[in-house]
Amino acid sequence: MAPPFDELWGTSTGREARLGFEALNAWLAETPAGELERRQQAAEAAFRSLGITFAVYGEQEAAERIIPFDIIPRVLSAREWRNLSAGLEQRVRAINAFIDDVYGARRILSDGVVPAEIVLANAQFCIPASGAKPPHGVYAHICGIDLVRTGPDEFYVLEDNCRTPSGVSYMLENREAMLRLCPELFDIFAVRPVDYYPELLRDTLNSVAPPTAREPRCVLLTPGHYNSAFYEHSFLASQMGIELVEGRDLHVDDDLVWMRTIEGRVQVDVIYRRIDDAFLDPLVFHPDSMLGVPGLMAAYLAGNVTLVNAPGTGIADDKAIYSYMPDIVRYYTGEEPKLHNVETWRCREPEALRYTLERLPELVVKLVDGSGGYGMLVGPTASKAEIEAFRAALIAEPHRYIAQPTLALSTVPTIVEKGIAPRHVDFRPFVLSGADSVEIVPGGLTRVALREGSLVVNSSQGGGTKDSFVLADDSLLRTQSQSQSQSGSGSQSQSQSQGGA
Amino acid sequence: MLSRTAGTLYWIGRYMERAEFTTRLIEATIRLDSLSGRAETDQAWRSALRVVGAGSLDGGVENVGAFTARRYLAMSEENPSSVRSCLASARDNARAARNVLTREVWEAINRAWLTLKGRSSPGGVQATLNLVEDLKAETRGFEGALARMLRNEAYWFLRLGSMIERGDNTARLIDVKYYLLLPAGEPIGGTLDRDQWTTILQVVSGQTAYRTIYKQALQPWLVADLLIFRPELPRSLAAAAAETVSLLASVADRTGRQGEADRLSRRRLGGLQGANVETMMQRGLHESLQRFIADNDALDRAIADQFQFG
Repeated sequence: MAPPFDELWGTSTGREARLGFEALNAWLAETPAGELERRQQAAEAAFRSLGITFAVYGEQEAAERIIPFDIIPRVLSAREWRNLSAGLEQRVRAINAFIDDVYGARRILSDGVVPAEIVLANAQFCIPASGAKPPHGVYAHICGIDLVRTGPDEFYVLEDNCRTPSGVSYMLENREAMLRLCPELFDIFAVRPVDYYPELLRDTLNSVAPPTAREPRCVLLTPGHYNSAFYEHSFLASQMGIELVEGRDLHVDDDLVWMRTIEGRVQVDVIYRRIDDAFLDPLVFHPDSMLGVPGLMAAYLAGNVTLVNAPGTGIADDKAIYSYMPDIVRYYTGEEPKLHNVETWRCREPEALRYTLERLPELVVKLVDGSGGYGMLVGPTASKAEIEAFRAALIAEPHRYIAQPTLALSTVPTIVEKGIAPRHVDFRPFVLSGADSVEIVPGGLTRVALREGSLVVNSSQGGGTKDSFVLADDSLLRTQSQSQSQSGSGSQSQSQSQGGA
Repeated sequence: MLSRTAGTLYWIGRYMERAEFTTRLIEATIRLDSLSGRAETDQAWRSALRVVGAGSLDGGVENVGAFTARRYLAMSEENPSSVRSCLASARDNARAARNVLTREVWEAINRAWLTLKGRSSPGGVQATLNLVEDLKAETRGFEGALARMLRNEAYWFLRLGSMIERGDNTARLIDVKYYLLLPAGEPIGGTLDRDQWTTILQVVSGQTAYRTIYKQALQPWLVADLLIFRPELPRSLAAAAAETVSLLASVADRTGRQGEADRLSRRRLGGLQGANVETMMQRGLHESLQRFIADNDALDRAIADQFQFG
């Protein structure tokens, strides 16, 4: 197999930079290895003292780990970002239209674009959410779309995370660490800032408040400080200056939501909830859940509180729905999808199942209702026994699986034990949908699989993170690569402020 | 501010104060121990254990030796008031209230916790003293970080917890040593007692304060006066009571509400201001201190009720 595309070195075997990325390569070459290592350790020490930790489920409660951080940034050009963000916006608009439709008129089902049973019999289809009319028709206010890359211009959507996507705090903290530890990189590159994400999120929350709320009171609802993503909940609440509440801080009275404060009870209008649908309201979902608020769904259906994201958005990021996303985008936007899906075989279809069973050692097989890298077979690196176990599972319950080709994911140079080596990455930008607009901070979370050859980037499975630079303009790239065409001449960055440092 | 958050902050304040107090108690007892003859060594540690209660100590306080006492006070996971347990509880609460703490305050608590994490024994006397020095530096860091906070609800509830805990700790300290402070007629004097008084002052960092205020040799009733009535000494009962009143007033100013806690705290302060060391000793120092401790507990419950800590 040909070596995968490296985002700095391309496919060169001598580690020569791709056109335009010479400066980053020069920085890597000039900075002594010991210095890189020192800075990386300083970053990790800072993360530890800040308590930017996560818990790994299945390990002891006390096991707090930091996610390994790699200080070699991943760089996206202004042109690449323009294309990506246009595609993301299109996709997320379609996702919101789709959710609105399936919980309302269900036109897409009656038109036969998506098979009705895949939606209506789906575990993610939230019957109690039917008939809700959230303000401005927005359901998935915050999406974290997972992208992978296989070549200079080949980006694919791997997963649409439309429920409670996490990781944005790493985008922000990684940038803080880079500004402190590698300031010279921000002289070399005009990096677009990401630090206004919390403000943008707060504006988004305010914009979708119920129309009756004159000065909307927004809160962030967390399962509590033993949750693996608690640091992020707490970080975002404090950055936005809103209360971080647990279920027990809230109660519902006459379909209005109140929180208990030292000044008495205060009404709540918007809840950015970081707990799953199933735990939101024990009267409607899990009756024994202590995390949610009894009566919350009634308040939501009455239009007295906005839930961000709305209940039931999981129907849009379900792996069984995923394969229909190109059709969904066409159906609601009337345009061709700007972002592509990874080719996907739905094992519920007999032909796809046969194809999949014949090629198990080459394919990636995923449980449609799994996440976090669990319930997944990566054929090329799996043992014979693992493959046979999946074969049996597939034959028993084919409808629970999809299969995809094993992509040669792009790599980015990364500090490893033996110096610097390419490691596979993915990318999760965060898309905010408010009352009037779809906004995307130029950046995202780059996850890196630290083990050589590994394609699994999940933090629970030994993944790390990197900062993701989006360049303000490509003029630097162009001056260094005269061979490139002039097509990018309109590349003055738009409204957002320029210059990273 | 959320009621639960206010309660969390209050308990951070209590645990950090208790951690510091116990650290100072260990330090002072080591000093007393080294000044005493062999026979009194264990006595010094038993007295320290009585100050903190030591209810969960296997076999009770009577038969404990110096090392077991040091370990129990500093490290024991069975002892909810050991320095380690206090710092772990403070950190656990701080994690939950992370969003309203400044980075500095969080880092100070986290660092203090890291000092003890992974240690199971305080080690020998010298190692314990080194540990005490580190812990004192960390708790000073916490107080410094507090001082730089905005004066808002978060600050007030953190301090309120510290003040309630401080009142309790200082009162217990005096109470356990009260027989040293009884008026003339009791057999007082000699080297041991001087060392004991010095120990008391050291726990509340009051040695220099004593010399500055009274300009004379250590006298038992003056030590009692300093620890109970002197508002200049930050760890006196009077100072803790006064700050409690003003912290509650700040909260009331912000929320526009007052309640039982405000009333109780003002009554307690008034009581201290209208008394002096002579009258208190006549009425019985031990009884007075026991009443103060009971009032302090009642105030703690009133605060939890008034702000619905839940």
